Amino acid sequence: MIKAILIFNNHGKPRLSKFYEHYSEDTEQQIIRETFHLVSKRDENVCNFLEGGMLIGGSDYRLIYRHYATLYFVFCVDSSESELGILDLIQVFVETLDKCFENVCELDLIFHVDKVHNILAEMVMGGMVLETNMNEIITQVDSQNKMEKSEVLTG
Amino acid sequence: MTSHTHIPTQMIRAIRSARTQCEERGVIQRECAAIRAQFRQADNGGRSHNLAKLLYVHMLGYPAHFGQMECVRMIASPRYSEKRVGYLGAMMLLDEKQDASLLITNSIKNDLAHSNQYVQSLALCTLACMGSAEMCRDLAPEIDRLLRASNSYIKKKAALCAVHIVRKVHELGELFAPAARSLLSEKNHGVLHGAVVLIIELCERNPETLERFRKTVPDLVQIMKGLVLSGYSPEHDVAGISDPFLQVRILRLLRILGRNNEGASDAMNDLLAQVATNTDSTKTVGNAVLYETVLTVLDIKSESGLRVLAVNILGRFLLNNDRNIRYIAMTSLQKIVGTDHNAVQRHRGTIVDCLKDQDASVKRRALELSLALVSASNIRSMMKELLLFLSSCPPELRAHAASGIFNAAERYAPSQRWHIDTMLHVLITVNTDRATRPAALSHMGFSPSRLTSGCPSAQSLVQVACWCIGEYGDLLLRGDCQETEPVQVTEDDALDALETVLQSHMSSPATRGFALTATMKLSTRITDNVDRIRSIVSIYGSCIDVELQQRAVEYNALFKKYDHMRYAMKKSTCPLYLISPPPPQSVQLHMKAPSGDSLPARGTAKVTQMVVLNNPNKVGLTHTHTHTQKGEHYLNPTNHLPMSRCYHNRL
Repeated sequence: MIKAILIFNNHGKPRLSKFYEHYSEDTEQQIIRETFHLVSKRDENVCNFLEGGMLIGGSDYRLIYRHYATLYFVFCVDSSESELGILDLIQVFVETLDKCFENVCELDLIFHVDKVHNILAEMVMGGMVLETNMNEIITQVDSQNKMEKSEVLTG
Repeated sequence: MTSHTHIPTQMIRAIRSARTQCEERGVIQRECAAIRAQFRQADNGGRSHNLAKLLYVHMLGYPAHFGQMECVRMIASPRYSEKRVGYLGAMMLLDEKQDASLLITNSIKNDLAHSNQYVQSLALCTLACMGSAEMCRDLAPEIDRLLRASNSYIKKKAALCAVHIVRKVHELGELFAPAARSLLSEKNHGVLHGAVVLIIELCERNPETLERFRKTVPDLVQIMKGLVLSGYSPEHDVAGISDPFLQVRILRLLRILGRNNEGASDAMNDLLAQVATNTDSTKTVGNAVLYETVLTVLDIKSESGLRVLAVNILGRFLLNNDRNIRYIAMTSLQKIVGTDHNAVQRHRGTIVDCLKDQDASVKRRALELSLALVSASNIRSMMKELLLFLSSCPPELRAHAASGIFNAAERYAPSQRWHIDTMLHVLITVNTDRATRPAALSHMGFSPSRLTSGCPSAQSLVQVACWCIGEYGDLLLRGDCQETEPVQVTEDDALDALETVLQSHMSSPATRGFALTATMKLSTRITDNVDRIRSIVSIYGSCIDVELQQRAVEYNALFKKYDHMRYAMKKSTCPLYLISPPPPQSVQLHMKAPSGDSLPARGTAKVTQMVVLNNPNKVGLTHTHTHTQKGEHYLNPTNHLPMSRCYHNRL
């Protein structure tokens, strides 16, 4: 199970935070800070797996992360998920964002957080991996956006 | 007409232009006030924008609970755009403990039956994220219906929703089992994936269900064969492998079904061998599948040939340049080190090398595995490596490494002396780590001179050494050692060491206390040098340090008046110095005037108090202190003051 998906920039500012278990607002922010602290200490050529978070607790949990330019993508998962699989999933997520936003950059995430949530909702649901086929994801996201647009136009 | 973008860029721009945290807070407060006002108004067409603004604010960490009711209202709206934001808001702001979440149950129920699949999808997603047990019970039949009769898009979402329901209400697993079974014949990969996840959940919860699903092993094997052996399928291809995510998921289910079951394991043997040999390991996706295959082979009742193949694959992983691969190889080896110990031992060299890796995560894995691989036959060489690791290991691993080393040393020590030396080595290496001291204290005696000369500045170490000399002095002096070079310690040596500590200007008052007490204890354990001890102790009867002085005075008294009791106090089981009274709880300095009156010193700090003596020649100092247990007061004259105007009393 995926416990949380976090995207934050090199300074620790959150760009997306999705928790699949309930935490209070304060705890959520603490988790984001702690995760940033752990992840930002890492060199560039070390492995993408981290242990040792206290709040997303327990020895069963790992942080799997990828660093792209100014953004960290972090998935907090338990042992029921394949670590390499999740690493690939992060890649699929980023590529999907890239297709949906056309050369995605941090600003896109800042100004269109809800769109990012909608895309993510087509990939992960309730903490479980839902769909990994990029084309399928994009098709669905496009259909939904079309529906929204047509609604707005009809008033 | 309001703009089409969902999150008004204006607000975000305003927040981002704030230069300081304070300014940002101000902007957000203003925006939230505006949003609140908007919420209170009737439907004004821009509702979804306001809620979206609020969700942005929430992500930054500011309170947004006043938007909860707005979420409920939006979810009930007929407009898709408003439902969408409403459900998103509900997932972020609501949880099952809040009353507001109950209010959306009805909306979810209606939306599950909506004609538009995207509306159904919103409801399913929200239910899977935050559905309470009651909501789950209420809506389970609906989910079951959707599992059977809907399109692929909805089926795959319903499957994961069912997983959530089963997690919340275990009994409902029975309800979904038949539908899950029939989903295995679907062609759509998304649905298959969801079905496999659901079946895994059902099998893990209920052993009877597990039994029933064992019958599906042939079907699963078929599906896997299709994925592995089929030609290039552009739809599902990821770097040459057909839907690796699905393959990994099916392999995991096969693992659960084959565990402890010969029949099921046999049925999947050939397939596993095929996957293990045919999968391309040059890309990450290939490795993900291989890795999962290896774990499955090692967890089920597989043929020995297949097991060897699996461990060899892991061995190859260990040598891979990619750190990720090395990391997970070690994770997998950790899982089998209990059952396939010899196979893992073969890779001990590589694992030990990983202790020196730059990467802290790899180091951590290597440490765990190394500790698990320590045995009687390799203890000496392993300990060398582990001690080397300890001297340069990252601080967060230090305590774990030290305790692992202690345990290993205790279990496999080839001799007492080696054991003691190892512990010494550890203590010296981690001398600032208080957690490791108790472990060492439980072991017997050790070479005093090494410690007291080795690092005089490491106070806790010296304290431990002193305590041990005092406590186990008799063992030390007896010289029971089966080592290559036995070290004979005489009574003079021991007393020399203690006196060095007492006199060293680097010893803290607490350390001196330990040394003095140890000296005292030795008086009962030695025969020849009791007089020397007595003289040492009496010197400190007029020591500047109040604590030391008090102790010395009491010990002197023991010698003089209560000699017969000295021996009775020898047997100590408590690791602290038993002969001395417990350290005083508080000390109060008083200024004693020539008239005999006394004035308490100023300052409430227990450790440091200050008194100003304007005329030190005429005025004296006394102190009182209370003990934790007895609550007695001793009024002692305090002597040998430096002729200065201030005196600090240090506890």
